[in-house]
Amino acid sequence: MIPPTFDYLVPATLPEAIALLHEHGDEAKVLAGGHSLIPAMRLRFAEPSHLIDISHIPGLDYVREEGGFLKIGTMAREVVLEDLPWISERYPLLVDTTKMIADPQVRNLATVGGNLAHGDPANDHPATMLAYRAEIEITGASGARTVPIDEFFTDFFTTALEHGEILTEIRIPIPPARSGGCYLKVERKVGDYAAAAVAVQLSLAADGSIEQAGIGLTNVAALPTRAVDAENALRGQQPSDALFAQAGQLAADASSPADDLRGSAEYKLTLIRELIQRALRRSVERAQGRS
Amino acid sequence: MIMCKTSKEIGGMGHSLKRKEDARFIRGLGKYTDDVQLPGMLYMDIARSPFAYAKIKSIDKSVAMEIPGVLAVITGEDLKQYNLHWMPTLMSDTQMVLPTDTVMYQAQEVAAVIATDRYIAADAVQALENSIEYESMKPLIDPHKALDADAPLLRPDKEGRTDNHIWHWQTGDQEATEQAFDEADVVVKEQVYIPRIHVASIETCGCVASYEKAEGKLTVWMTTQAPHAIRTVIALVAGHVGLSEERIRVISPDIGGGFGGKVPVYPGYVIAIAASFLIGKPVKWIEDRSENLQADSFARDYHMTVELASTKEGKMTGLRIKTLADHGYTDAAANPSKFPSGLFSIVTGSYDIPTAFTEMDAVYTNKPPGGVAYRCSFRVTEAVHAIERITDVLAQKLGRDPADLRFQNFIQKDQFPYRSALGWEYDSGDYAPALRKAMDMVGYEELRKEQAEKRARGELMGIGISSFTEIVGAGPSKDFDILGIKMFDSAEVRIHPTGKAIARFGTKSQGQGHETTYAQILAEELGIPAMHIQIEEGDTDTAPYGLGTYASRSTPTAGAAAAKAAHKIRDKARKIAAYLLEVSEEDLEWEPGKFFVKGAPERSKTIQDIAFAAYTNHPQGMEAGLEATHYYDPPNLTFPFGSYICVMDIDPKTAEMKIRRFVAIDDCGNIINPMIVTGQIHGGLAMGIAPAMYEELIYDDDGNILNGTFMDYLLPTSVETPNWETGHTITPSPHHPLGAKGVAESPTVGAPPAVANAVVDALSHLGVTHVDIPVTPFKVWKILKEKGVIS
Amino acid sequence: MSKHSITIEINGESFTREVDSRKLLIHFLRDDLALTGTHIGCDTSSCGACTILLNGKSIKACTFFAVQANNQKIETIEGVEQGGQLHPLQEGFHQEHGLQCGFCTPGMIMRGKELLEKNPNPTEEEIRWGISGNLCRCTGYSNIIKSIQYAANKLNEKQEEAA
Repeated sequence: MIPPTFDYLVPATLPEAIALLHEHGDEAKVLAGGHSLIPAMRLRFAEPSHLIDISHIPGLDYVREEGGFLKIGTMAREVVLEDLPWISERYPLLVDTTKMIADPQVRNLATVGGNLAHGDPANDHPATMLAYRAEIEITGASGARTVPIDEFFTDFFTTALEHGEILTEIRIPIPPARSGGCYLKVERKVGDYAAAAVAVQLSLAADGSIEQAGIGLTNVAALPTRAVDAENALRGQQPSDALFAQAGQLAADASSPADDLRGSAEYKLTLIRELIQRALRRSVERAQGRS
Repeated sequence: MIMCKTSKEIGGMGHSLKRKEDARFIRGLGKYTDDVQLPGMLYMDIARSPFAYAKIKSIDKSVAMEIPGVLAVITGEDLKQYNLHWMPTLMSDTQMVLPTDTVMYQAQEVAAVIATDRYIAADAVQALENSIEYESMKPLIDPHKALDADAPLLRPDKEGRTDNHIWHWQTGDQEATEQAFDEADVVVKEQVYIPRIHVASIETCGCVASYEKAEGKLTVWMTTQAPHAIRTVIALVAGHVGLSEERIRVISPDIGGGFGGKVPVYPGYVIAIAASFLIGKPVKWIEDRSENLQADSFARDYHMTVELASTKEGKMTGLRIKTLADHGYTDAAANPSKFPSGLFSIVTGSYDIPTAFTEMDAVYTNKPPGGVAYRCSFRVTEAVHAIERITDVLAQKLGRDPADLRFQNFIQKDQFPYRSALGWEYDSGDYAPALRKAMDMVGYEELRKEQAEKRARGELMGIGISSFTEIVGAGPSKDFDILGIKMFDSAEVRIHPTGKAIARFGTKSQGQGHETTYAQILAEELGIPAMHIQIEEGDTDTAPYGLGTYASRSTPTAGAAAAKAAHKIRDKARKIAAYLLEVSEEDLEWEPGKFFVKGAPERSKTIQDIAFAAYTNHPQGMEAGLEATHYYDPPNLTFPFGSYICVMDIDPKTAEMKIRRFVAIDDCGNIINPMIVTGQIHGGLAMGIAPAMYEELIYDDDGNILNGTFMDYLLPTSVETPNWETGHTITPSPHHPLGAKGVAESPTVGAPPAVANAVVDALSHLGVTHVDIPVTPFKVWKILKEKGVIS
Repeated sequence: MSKHSITIEINGESFTREVDSRKLLIHFLRDDLALTGTHIGCDTSSCGACTILLNGKSIKACTFFAVQANNQKIETIEGVEQGGQLHPLQEGFHQEHGLQCGFCTPGMIMRGKELLEKNPNPTEEEIRWGISGNLCRCTGYSNIIKSIQYAANKLNEKQEEAA
């Protein structure tokens, strides 16, 4: 209930924040939305010595299309994605995902950046960013570097972020025409983590076949998981129920969920097989609606 | 359509008066226990056991004591000096306040810290928990193993006890029931398990104990549903250190939901009181949600073997139930003392079953003690779940429609008052119209058609019925007491010279709206507008003695007491009116608010005139004032009933479930405030579907609780909760002065079997006969997989 | 620095206090400022009883440090009634019996406030999703939804009158 003591620092700029992280070492943590960190601190699962609050640094909360990408600043709150009508139109997978995170109050403060930086395979955005083939910009003392999403999640609760680095931007390649996506999540109740969830983003060629497909899976392994074989099976094919069923099976094969209070691993594999098919159907419908 | 005897201005029975108590709550000006702030107040926090069963090797207080702001660390050894380390439970078992050698469940209180600040207390608890050494032992978690030869003896402290058996209780005619089963055409049998759940009111438990040395007086603000009983218990437990009953004041301020969870005396209360007593400063203890879920009294945890015998035409001929009750490490149930398994023997339900026999055995395990009655009048949920489930099992076996089977077996209206095979005299009931009304409202026949069509297409939907009879209003003094205190309740009513009134009660609302409904009862009986009647409860220094609010007992007991007190007042008022009008009492007639002369109605005196006269112009020889107190001993319990129908859709691929519709027809006799009654029903229904689909306290084999926070102990939100469709029939209670029965728990009792029956109904064509609650998507998935519906 | 001087505007009034970094906003409001109308119902940010408005946005005060609110504007239940006039939400909860024990009510009202400011004509389903971060054990939610609908109607009437 009551967090342990820590020192609180409010840098005015990004370089200052990075310098503070270096100065205070491993036990210093970034405070952005705080909705992964503060609950952990209240249960004393996390006891950082310093919190570096980056929420007052101006210019980190943008959401805009530029240079072929949808660029999301690290302090962009989840709710912004829900509220911008053009996001709903052009990035339905992203909005589907946001809406499934926690509840309205949490979404007012939680950030997209934080949802990724935490490295939790049970969070919802990792799978979605995999499906979008996003890029992550990381800024450290020596400047910014870009990490493809496939290299961002390295281990259980571990990302490519080194200590002293801050996730500063998420870049989603602007989908071509005839694109659609969908996030489907089975949860025990609103606000829960997924028993299983799938993120699908695809685009269709002029002849209606699937040109590109991205599939990310939530909470089915120690890392957010890309269903590579399923993606490959879809590429170049005409959409069909049989094709979707095959993709569902391949996605399940790529998963190794754990038994937990939500259900057994086998149960979750069934969900993945079924959710993939539904998500593919919906994504194709949306892609066709856009052309 | 409810016909009101009083005008809207007076606001008696039947009016949907808006609530008087809302004024403070909508402004955030309610005063709950954690809102109490006193000068010099200290904070208490509790170090708890990580193990389910362990010996305490050592407690090193020093690390915690070194933290600035920590005033004391209290252990079992400290309390032992005052003989306060153990206390009695409401079921005459004993419970540790703090252990001296062995801990008996995970999260048990082991030591307490007192600090100047909430945050320092939390730090001290962390330090203390790190400096307690245990030797853990293999706990007894499975109640079925509690009586095994190699089970650890959990209560060596109990003299003469050689095993973990607490008590055996049985009722009914065992022989006649055996015979009925031997002779039956059809017998159905199911294992029905209702797991542990927790009331989880949004406000957790806590207290502020304030002992003033100079006066020698203890005041405790406490989240308690039964302040007077608590005061007496404290006096019995701590009287020997100087806390005798006249020196104790218990105040139940506003309470954020009780539901039975705020009836027991929790160790935290006793430690806080002891701490304040020893230190001479106020001590506040408010538990976290984790502590609340993991350590406070659970509800349910009944393993039942349920059997129903019937003719091949479907007439029920016998009911037999054997139950294993898991009470945790001590029997801290909150039941009337003669009923260790509460009112479970209502289990013959709404049906005319000629013979029945039920027996239960309670055992100790290494889990938190209990159980409380989670919004259900003492084990009635368990009973109703058993009978309503087995009735559907029988219907399925016979190939009969479950509504039809119920109509066939209902106790008929002309059989009331009805003596059940297990000894209860039901006061009144009329079951068939309620079920018929529910079926009409939901469109039952159409739904059955739809179900058949869907089934042919491989879609899953179910219709579940529950036609329950509740038993509430504990209770008549000949059978009902808690720790020996009879379960009457009380009202003290005083009319002021200007015709306004104040009334105090021995009950304690935790959201039921007593400030409004009691005023409405008095308005009905006295004709004084409800808005002019101030209602108070919860302060033991001023309120008349009562047993508190739980088990839907307030209307049946204190509500009746209010009516009786009002009648006494009316008797005196009549005398005064006769005096003022210079007629004899027999010449007067009463209508709400005034006495008038028969045949000459223009000659009248209002209750306000009479009140004024009671202080200024009363007859010689009569005492001044206009007031009365009544302690009401109910002659019987009351028996609200109802029929609920749940329509459930199940996704055949993911097993996700959604309640499409929920229709609830309730009969609680005469209705005081329809708006409040409907609100109670909505809330009770939500607390009925929650255990049916979401709630369960889950332990592993080592006694670790796996879901001790709201992350995994699941309460439905507004999204999971359906729109409630409600209606009423009205069958007044013949013995209650207002014909009212009490209602708040009926829906919690009646809803779970409607949900479970709906799910089983959806799967019955696959050969499924039973699913235990909570019915989760995972459980249903397993069934669909097993039956080959999901490959 | 684990002690900070902070200035927060709460219900239109400015407060300057010294607090530890780790002091949660909910405790700052309740214990330091005796604004006890906002309640604590859990310890995992699950129940919403602590909901307040931060710069007009509904947040859980239990998952926010008081220091984070430095130089920000907060609105709590105590500030909802203005000049002796109940807000339509408060009226709605009273008229439609949207509360019983009252413990979740301040959180529901504050959430309702932002909900209606963003979406003045919510459907029932939008209200259900809108309050999905607020738990209630007493009411079964139906009357809470009616209370918010009442307020929506009232606010829209006022808008029309003002226009």
